[in-house]
Amino acid sequence: MNNQTASTPPSTMEKVSAGMGRRYARERRFRVYGMLAVTLGMVFLATLLFSIVSKGYSAFQQTYMELEIHFDPEVLGIQDPNNAAQISGADYPGLVKASLRAEFPEVSNRRDKRTLYGIVSSGAAFELRQMVMQNPALLGTTQRLWVLADDDVDMLVKGHIDRNVEESGRRMSDLQIGWIDHFLDAGRMELRFNTVFLTAGDSREPELAGIRSAITGSLLTLLVTLSLSFPIGVAAAVYLEEFAPTNRWTDLIEVNINNLAAVPSIVFGLLGLAVFINFFGMPRSAPLVGGMVLTLMTLPTIIIAARAALKSVPPSIREAALGIGASKMQMVFHHVLPLAMPGMLTGTIIGMAQALGETAPLLMLGMVAFIVDIPGGVTDPATVLPVQIYLWADSPERAFVERTSAAIMVLLGFLVVMNALAVLLRKRFERSW
Amino acid sequence: MFTKTLPVAAAIGLFLAGTAQAAGRDYISIVGSSTVYPFATVVAEQFGKTTEYKTPKIESTGSGGGFKLFCAGVGVEHPDITNASRAIKASEIEQCAANGVTEIVEVKIGYDGIAIANSKAAPQFQLTRRDLFLALAAKVPNPDGTQTLVENPYKMWSDVDANLPKIAIEVLGPPPTSGTRDAFAELAMEGGCKTFDWIKEMKHADKKAYKGVCHTVREDGAYIEAGENDNLIVQKLEANPNALGVFGYSFLEQNADKVQGSLVDGIAPEFETIANGEYPVSRPLFFYVKAAHVAGIPGMKEYLAEFTSDKAWGDEGYLADKGLIPMPKAEREQYAADVAALKPLAK
Repeated sequence: MNNQTASTPPSTMEKVSAGMGRRYARERRFRVYGMLAVTLGMVFLATLLFSIVSKGYSAFQQTYMELEIHFDPEVLGIQDPNNAAQISGADYPGLVKASLRAEFPEVSNRRDKRTLYGIVSSGAAFELRQMVMQNPALLGTTQRLWVLADDDVDMLVKGHIDRNVEESGRRMSDLQIGWIDHFLDAGRMELRFNTVFLTAGDSREPELAGIRSAITGSLLTLLVTLSLSFPIGVAAAVYLEEFAPTNRWTDLIEVNINNLAAVPSIVFGLLGLAVFINFFGMPRSAPLVGGMVLTLMTLPTIIIAARAALKSVPPSIREAALGIGASKMQMVFHHVLPLAMPGMLTGTIIGMAQALGETAPLLMLGMVAFIVDIPGGVTDPATVLPVQIYLWADSPERAFVERTSAAIMVLLGFLVVMNALAVLLRKRFERSW
Repeated sequence: MFTKTLPVAAAIGLFLAGTAQAAGRDYISIVGSSTVYPFATVVAEQFGKTTEYKTPKIESTGSGGGFKLFCAGVGVEHPDITNASRAIKASEIEQCAANGVTEIVEVKIGYDGIAIANSKAAPQFQLTRRDLFLALAAKVPNPDGTQTLVENPYKMWSDVDANLPKIAIEVLGPPPTSGTRDAFAELAMEGGCKTFDWIKEMKHADKKAYKGVCHTVREDGAYIEAGENDNLIVQKLEANPNALGVFGYSFLEQNADKVQGSLVDGIAPEFETIANGEYPVSRPLFFYVKAAHVAGIPGMKEYLAEFTSDKAWGDEGYLADKGLIPMPKAEREQYAADVAALKPLAK
C-alpha cells in the first residue's frame, strides 16, 4: 500500500479487470452446472413418465368380441324359468362354449376345443348370468353380444405377443391366431374403453382386474387419516404456538416432533402392529388401522406446517384483537386461525398426498392382500392403490404389466391433483403482510 | 368450529368400529406364501363369484410369516388358513400347540417347478445338479480331487464342465428370505452336493456341516440376489443373454417367447416332466387349515371343497391353467378325502 511509487504496481482497477474474465467464466460455469442438474432431473422424470405411460396407456382399452349367444334353457339346465335358484346356478359357461362351437364347427378334438374355449374370458359367463338374472325373458332368445376376450387374446391384439415369433415360443398357437383373425376380419373383435379396470376389484384374470377396491380402500384410509390427523395436528400446533410457555418441556416436544418427521415409515407400521393390532386387538387389513398408522406418520408434517402458518400471522393482528377486549381464545379462533388456515390446509394436503403413496407401514398391517369385494367401511378388509401396484408387479401374467403401469398413472394423477390443490389454496387464499 | 366436533366424531367412530369387530368375521382370512398366493387367489375369486359367501381375504406374507400369524391362536382375529411353499416344521407345530392351535389339517395342493432359465437369444444350457452345486456353492470340493473344501474357484461355466459354454457364471436368483431360494438350495444344490460320496457321508456324521456345505450360496458376485420379483429377473435375462435366472415355473410358462428353461439332468422344465416327477427341481405346495375355525367361519367347508375339487386342482382344472402342476389322481383323492374329514396332522 505504501510503496505505490515502486515499479508499476498493478492498480486495484487493473487487478479487478485482470480477474474479471475468470470471474465471469466461473459464473457461467456455475450456471451451466445448475442447468445441467435441472436438465438431468428433467430427463429422469421424462424417462420415468415415458416408460410408465408407454407401457400403461394400452390398459385403458380392452379387447371385446362379439358372440352369438343362444340362451338355450336346455344347455343352461333350467327347467323352470321362474326358479331363481336354478337361474343363479345354471351352466352359463356352457352357453359361451356352445356359441364358440357353432362358430367353428370344424374344431372337433377335445384338446383343440379346450383351447378354443380359452379365447373368451371366464368373466363372460358371469356377465351372461347377470343378464339372465335381471331379465329372465332372455331365455330361449338369441342375442349378439359383446363379451370380454381372454387376456392372451388381448395381448395379441395389442401387439404385446409377437405373431412373428416361432409357434413354440409364443403363448398363442397358429390355430388360436387363426380363430382370432376370423373375428378381427369380420369386425367382431375390437378394442373398447376398459371400464372394467375402473369399476372392478382385483382379480387373478387380468381382463377382469380393476382398481376400484384399491381406490376405495385408499379413500377410506385417507378419510380416517384426515379426520384424525387434521384436528389433532391443528390443535397441537395452536397450543404449542399460542398458549404453551417456552420452557424445557416444550423445547423437548418440538425437537421430538421434528425428529418424528424423519422417522422411516416402516417404524410406524411396526408400532401400529404392536399397539393397535396386537394390544388393542383391532382387525388386520382394515383401513381403520392403516389410517391410524398413517395419522402418526403425517402428524409431524401437519404440525410443522400449521405452526409455520400460525407464525406467519403478524403479531399486530393478535395485539389488535386483545386490545379491543377479545379473550386469548377469541383472539386465536376468530382472528389468527382463519388467517393461518390456508397454510395449514396446504400442509395437510401435502401430508395426505404422502400418506396416499405410502406402502411400507401397511405391509405390517396386513393390507398387502387380495381384495376382490369393494370395501364398504373402515373395518372391512381392504388394500390401497400403491399396494395394488406392488401386487400386480409381482404377477406372472403378461397382461398385468400394462395394468401395473396404468395403476401407477392413476396414482400419479391423484397425487398431481392433490398437490395442485395445495398450490391453488396457497395462491388464492394465503395473504402476505 | 369443526375442529371441535371432528375429534368427537372420530372417537365415536373408533368406538363403533371396535365393537363391530368383536362381533365376528363373515369372510375367510388366509395368510402365507407368496408362491401359493397366485393359486390360492384364483380359488378364492372363483369361490367368491360362485357362492353366496364373501371372497376370502388373502395376504401375501411369506411361508414363515404365515405360520407365525396362523399359530398365534384360535379366534376370529387369527387367520383360518395359511399357505406354504414348504411343509410345516416341528418347531412351528410346537408354537401352534403352545397357543392352543392343536388341530391342523395339512393339504398338499400340487407341485411347482423351479426353472433355471436364460434368454432365448443364447443357446440353451444343459446342466446337471452337480454343475449347479459346483457353480454356485460358497465352498466346493478341491478340484485336485482331494477330500477337502476350497473357496469356489470357478469363474466360467466351462471351468465347471468342459461341455458348458465359455461364459462367466452369472446367476440371478431370489434372496435368502424367499421360499424359492430354500427349495432351490435343497433340491438343486443339495442334489448336486450329494453326488460327492464323501460329502454325503458327512450327513450322518455332522448334519449341520453337511447342510452348511450344500446350502450355502457363494457371495462373490456370481450369484446375484435379484429380489423377490420374478418378473424383474425375466426382464434382466432378456437384457443380458449371458446370465441365468432362477424362478418359478409359472413365470417361465408366461414368458416362453423371451426365456428358455435349461435342461437339468437332461430333463426340460415342462408341465409333464414336473407332474410325473422326472424334473428334479420341483417342490410340493401346501396349505394348512385350522380345524377349530371350520365350524365358526362361514364358507370354510365350501372353500375347502372348491380347492380340492377336480375343476380346481385337477389335470385340466383352472389352477393348472395358472401354472400349478397337479398331483397324481390317487394322491388328490386321498387329500380331498382327508380334508373333507378334517383329518389333523399326525403328531
